[in-house]
Amino acid sequence: MRTGWNVAEVIEVRQETGTARTLRLRLPGLTGHRPGQHVDVRLTAPDGYTAVRSYSVASALPGDELELTVEELADGEVSPYLVHQVAAGDQLEVRGPVGGWFVWNPADPAPVQLIAGGSGVVPLMAMIRSHGVGGSADGYAAPFRLLYSVRSPASAYYGTELDDLARSPLLTVTYVYTREAPAGSGTTPRRLDAPTLLDAILPVSDNPAFFICGATAFVETVADWLVQAGYPADRIKTERYGGTGGTP
Amino acid sequence: MTGDEVVGANPDDAQLDGHLDGNAAAGALSEVFVGDITTAVGRCAHCGRTGAMAMARCYPGSHGLLLRCPGCTEILLRLVESDGQVRLDLRGVSFLTLERP
Amino acid sequence: MGIVSPGFFGRRRRDDPALPPGQYLTESFPVLSAGPTPRIAPSEWEFTITTETGQVHRWNWEEFLALKQDDVTRDIHCVTSWSKLGTSWRGVSIDTLFESVESEAEFTMAYSYGGYTTNVPLDDLLGGKAWIAHQFDGEALEPAHGGPARLLVPHLYFWKSAKWVRGLELLRQDEPGFWESNGYHMYGDPWQEQRYW
Repeated sequence: MRTGWNVAEVIEVRQETGTARTLRLRLPGLTGHRPGQHVDVRLTAPDGYTAVRSYSVASALPGDELELTVEELADGEVSPYLVHQVAAGDQLEVRGPVGGWFVWNPADPAPVQLIAGGSGVVPLMAMIRSHGVGGSADGYAAPFRLLYSVRSPASAYYGTELDDLARSPLLTVTYVYTREAPAGSGTTPRRLDAPTLLDAILPVSDNPAFFICGATAFVETVADWLVQAGYPADRIKTERYGGTGGTP
Repeated sequence: MTGDEVVGANPDDAQLDGHLDGNAAAGALSEVFVGDITTAVGRCAHCGRTGAMAMARCYPGSHGLLLRCPGCTEILLRLVESDGQVRLDLRGVSFLTLERP
Repeated sequence: MGIVSPGFFGRRRRDDPALPPGQYLTESFPVLSAGPTPRIAPSEWEFTITTETGQVHRWNWEEFLALKQDDVTRDIHCVTSWSKLGTSWRGVSIDTLFESVESEAEFTMAYSYGGYTTNVPLDDLLGGKAWIAHQFDGEALEPAHGGPARLLVPHLYFWKSAKWVRGLELLRQDEPGFWESNGYHMYGDPWQEQRYW
């Protein structure tokens, strides 16, 4: 495991949504990572002031490249810089990838239930991409389900890619739109509640491995509902993004 | 935040105060410990609860890194970085079990 | 120092020669939380001064508000480098609380609901230098900022201004509090940049 701060090069930036951007970084010496891990990014101002934030790795690329998807937080200190100012060719200081707890092990055959609150979908997407649900030559057979709670279709990440991957019987994606539903869908936007959750997820009898990621309130509430519904607590892994989807 | 609203989450609930979990401490701790401490199982010296350090409560933006027991909220670990030094207080953990690599 | 990120300046901050060394002006009021925010109702709130001989002086919320109130405007300096100028507070001066207290101790430990502690020499709490503050900017102090009441010692780094304060213990010897026992300076004078041991 690489330790300490290392300089990464920004290879590519692309807009993910109106307020989020994906950065592809090259981290010399990196030889892959585990799906679900994150990096710490450190920015240094000319006067020496530093700010550090954590971002989950979105990608499942081999070798020394990885991708982060960063949402711009309204009163953010780091995210506006990453979303608006960083350009290909720039350098960023990165620590990691780290985090051995909130990771999916591709060798685990158990079914996986992913539950994302907003930008919490990022590490879960790394897991989906690692699985390669559609055409993985490694032939991972674990069924994956993703429940993605998101404000509106416009704020959802990876929409086209998820639509594509969900053609496979190994991936089912359920969206819960909390503020604005897709036009013409006839769906009423609503916040996620326990009945909706339990309806969409793998049953207890499948003994799924859960990965829940999002704001602290989302993660803890959802985890409570699962436990109350009889899912074993030791099959639930969580990653909290704090009060508003991350430290601003 | 986008899509994070859930039914029943009371914003005044002290349990839902925006704390992070031990995953957030992985980076800082990787510079002090060999191996990933967040998967290590620790025992709270205060209440005896055991669990992976990744499940501890991490309070952000404080004067140092703090991990608290998710059960009794007492301090498990404190880490302060200052002028090139790191001070680590592990008194709140009565043992840590790590897997050999 | 790490590589500089071109165009990054952090939150709107100004380097001002009127500030202590290493400090930057902020327009916001950052909340640094070290634990769950205690929720203490005024009806259950108490403030206690315990002397080195075990004498106890205690005030409940009504008694506390009935004491002489001071309105003060001060600059505050956080060790994490932000400073905020001209912050206004209402509270009870420690001098007022000490009118009825007899002590020969030179040191104190402030302790809070939730378990936080910080040590301050008694001399630095008296002489118009410290308050138990319950209003900020004309409004009741919010729990996130230490309400119902916090210690306010503006001439020292702001970690000494213990949020959710519940009492002062008088000590014959200086003892390190929560952060002082883990790397932070025992005294904490921003003008001498006494941040760490």
